[in-house]
Amino acid sequence: MPFKLLETRGLMAFYGDFQALFGIDFQIEPGETIAVIGSNGAGKSTFLKSLVGLVRTKAETVSFDGQAIWGKPAYRIIAQGMSLVPEGRRLFPSLTVEENLSIGAYSRRKGPWNLDAVYTVFPVLKEKRILPGTALSGGQQQMVALGRALMANPKLLLCDEISLGLAPIVIREIYEQLERITANETTVILVEQDVKQAMAVADRVYCFREGRVVLEGRPSDLGREQITKAYFGV
Amino acid sequence: MNETIRVERSSRASRLFAVFGFLLVGLLVAAPFFGNRSVLYLLVEIFVYIALASLWNLLAGYTGLVSIGQQAFVGLGGYSLFALTIFTGMPPLLAVLVAGPIAALFAIPTGFVVFRFKGAYFAIGSWVVAEVYRLTFAQVSVLGGGSGTSLPVEIVQHIANSRLERDSVIYWTGLGIAVGVLTVIYLILRSRWGLALTAIRDSEAAAESVGVDNYRTKFLIYFLTAGATGCIGALISLQKLRISPDAAFSVNDWTAFVIFIVVIGGIGRMEGPLIGTILFFILREFFADLGSWYLMFLGLFAIVMMLIMPKGIAGWLAERFELQIFPLGRRIILPRDKHISFSQFGTSAISKKRSPTKITDD
Amino acid sequence: MDLPATLLDGVLLGGLYALFAAGLSLIFGVMRLVNIAHGDLILLSAFLALTVTTHFPIHPLLSLLLVVPLMAVLGYGLQRAVFNRTLGNDILPPLLVSFGLSVFLQNALLQIFRADSQRLHAGPLETWHIDLPFGMTMGALPCLMFIVAVLVIGGLQLLLFRTALGRALRAVSDDGQIAQLMGINNAHLYGVAMAISLAVVSVAGVFLGIRANFDPSIGPTRLIFAFEAIIIGGLGDLWGTLAGGVILGVAQTLGARINPGYQILAGHLVFLAILTVRPQGFFPRSR
Repeated sequence: MPFKLLETRGLMAFYGDFQALFGIDFQIEPGETIAVIGSNGAGKSTFLKSLVGLVRTKAETVSFDGQAIWGKPAYRIIAQGMSLVPEGRRLFPSLTVEENLSIGAYSRRKGPWNLDAVYTVFPVLKEKRILPGTALSGGQQQMVALGRALMANPKLLLCDEISLGLAPIVIREIYEQLERITANETTVILVEQDVKQAMAVADRVYCFREGRVVLEGRPSDLGREQITKAYFGV
Repeated sequence: MNETIRVERSSRASRLFAVFGFLLVGLLVAAPFFGNRSVLYLLVEIFVYIALASLWNLLAGYTGLVSIGQQAFVGLGGYSLFALTIFTGMPPLLAVLVAGPIAALFAIPTGFVVFRFKGAYFAIGSWVVAEVYRLTFAQVSVLGGGSGTSLPVEIVQHIANSRLERDSVIYWTGLGIAVGVLTVIYLILRSRWGLALTAIRDSEAAAESVGVDNYRTKFLIYFLTAGATGCIGALISLQKLRISPDAAFSVNDWTAFVIFIVVIGGIGRMEGPLIGTILFFILREFFADLGSWYLMFLGLFAIVMMLIMPKGIAGWLAERFELQIFPLGRRIILPRDKHISFSQFGTSAISKKRSPTKITDD
Repeated sequence: MDLPATLLDGVLLGGLYALFAAGLSLIFGVMRLVNIAHGDLILLSAFLALTVTTHFPIHPLLSLLLVVPLMAVLGYGLQRAVFNRTLGNDILPPLLVSFGLSVFLQNALLQIFRADSQRLHAGPLETWHIDLPFGMTMGALPCLMFIVAVLVIGGLQLLLFRTALGRALRAVSDDGQIAQLMGINNAHLYGVAMAISLAVVSVAGVFLGIRANFDPSIGPTRLIFAFEAIIIGGLGDLWGTLAGGVILGVAQTLGARINPGYQILAGHLVFLAILTVRPQGFFPRSR
């Protein structure tokens, strides 16, 4: 059995009394890129937040890198090597671009990513590094958010709708960088509204609907009709 | 099984308590006829705290305005009483009533200033203003300055002829004020206003979006509460026959104790101040001679309550036993086998009871 | 009235008020917590210093070596055991818990130390003067107090803007949820913030004790001074708090010159006037 970097069985998530996920079974192997697609409210973001420990969950198992992580606080899960690029960027307004990047390295994990490495991938950030994070354009902010997550030298990178609100040309640039980044063995789960973009970069795809997995497979194996049916539930 | 849906406002418990309440008030009205001086005095103190606590609860628990400065209006009421009786010869009991609107008038500029703050800063700001009043009145020598003054004998005798009559008259005034305050609060909370307040407390943004004018509503409640507090303050000073800035504007007596009563009794529920006051006076009976230990205990008690029972005793009773005395909720009776109850703070509990369907919100 | 001397007194007094305010400002910035017990904690520090100097023949300022770490540890414990449980969207719990703490502290101090006025004795430091031009003199102690205030605020700024810890504190104050995603343990960091706050409080307390007579009941008024300094200066900026403290100090000393009984009232009135006319304070940091 190939080693699963992350595996969940029967994952359920709750916001107060409201249940958002109803038993997700999910697995990813090292080096894989998996896209999670689905319409709004399907539970994709909730899934990522559940993995990283920001949402209240119940599960049979959640294991990461061979260790059970269910119930652990977020900061411990991050220290173990998971990193999330949150929906909407969520840069720290009081911090400069460089400070936003630096704080990504708070957990002091070892790895190839540091300020210089991030500036090499996103040179425009180096010019703007002393500006407050919020003074940048949407696309540049997304780069900062991505760079910030990478600074933690994660084993597993989670990206929540990094194309949201960005112009197509910017999205393409970001995804190009993402491919380059993930070429060196970073495992990635990306939540993406743009199905075409998702299918283009992913090794495997999960489709969520109303808090459940309704489809799973390789992009090449899934037909368009099959996906539409799963996505919309018609 | 009827298929129509009914909306009820009272439960069996609240109806029972209503009857009990009337009986109790009747008994209290008759108290001067068989109670002695110290009992009457104690009862007036209890009425005062029930009223002050209910008002503070209305302000903080329902409107979301946590004021540590209500003692400003207690003091203003007291000084208004003294000023009115001494300088205009107004009958003392009338002056107690007139002191209310006077305090309310002061609430206008006061509110204008403190409403510039939000949240915890509003709390401290209200305290600062109360301090300003205290320090200012300490400079007013015609009313005794820093050491205060006593109510002149002629005025004391103006209240009633004998000491017993005087005690009774003050007692009935106190009872009347307490009942009046509770009634008005109850009516406010039962009305459209009550809904507006709960909406504001739950989410100001959402409340504004459905047309509630937050600022005006809050200001109005602040204004009315100040007036009622002023009335109470006048009564307090009348009963003491004496006034001084430190006593009239005391944070400890008129705010700290009130806060403890409401926190322990249950904030955001009308039953809270009642339960809290009773508990407070029981504790006082046993522990007050311990001086600072008693206050240390109160402080700790409040901290622990806030941490483990934030809704106070009344809140716990309401959630555990669905017990409420004041019919402030709405119960929707459906002809189906489901029982859903919504607690006052929005958490819902779906229970699988098989009784005639009631959906309640309190 | 000797205006220049009064003004100088006021400015130097402002340093003490800025010290009162700095700790309060820090924790409000980091976790939106207004600690009603803040003033009583200042008094606690003064009484701690009193206890230390009573048992050991050392100078009160030297007692800081013991008092500062003690208060810092207390702050960390207090935050993690009590205040962390009150943080959230509701403003009531932290307010009411800190209020309860305030009453508890005041009465605990009253129980242990009685209501007598106390003083920390700083020896010759109390009478040293520094001669200034134009025939003015400046007390060494007020001058030292002011310098310490500037150093403390400067130190806090350095901490916040030049260190990794400060960066984490600012991140947590911006967005607690995302801060967790950086691997930050919010509960621990809040504890650290409170520890720093109480460390500053303890410095303020010792200077308070040296400068004037103190007793357990004066805590709440110190809280009010701290609060006024912060609001006058404008929320969010520590140097603004220093300016606010100075303005408050000057207002008070001017009032005191007219009539000693007017001192505190004058401060309150100036505070309210500024609040009415310029509610955002003089140097607010826009977020």
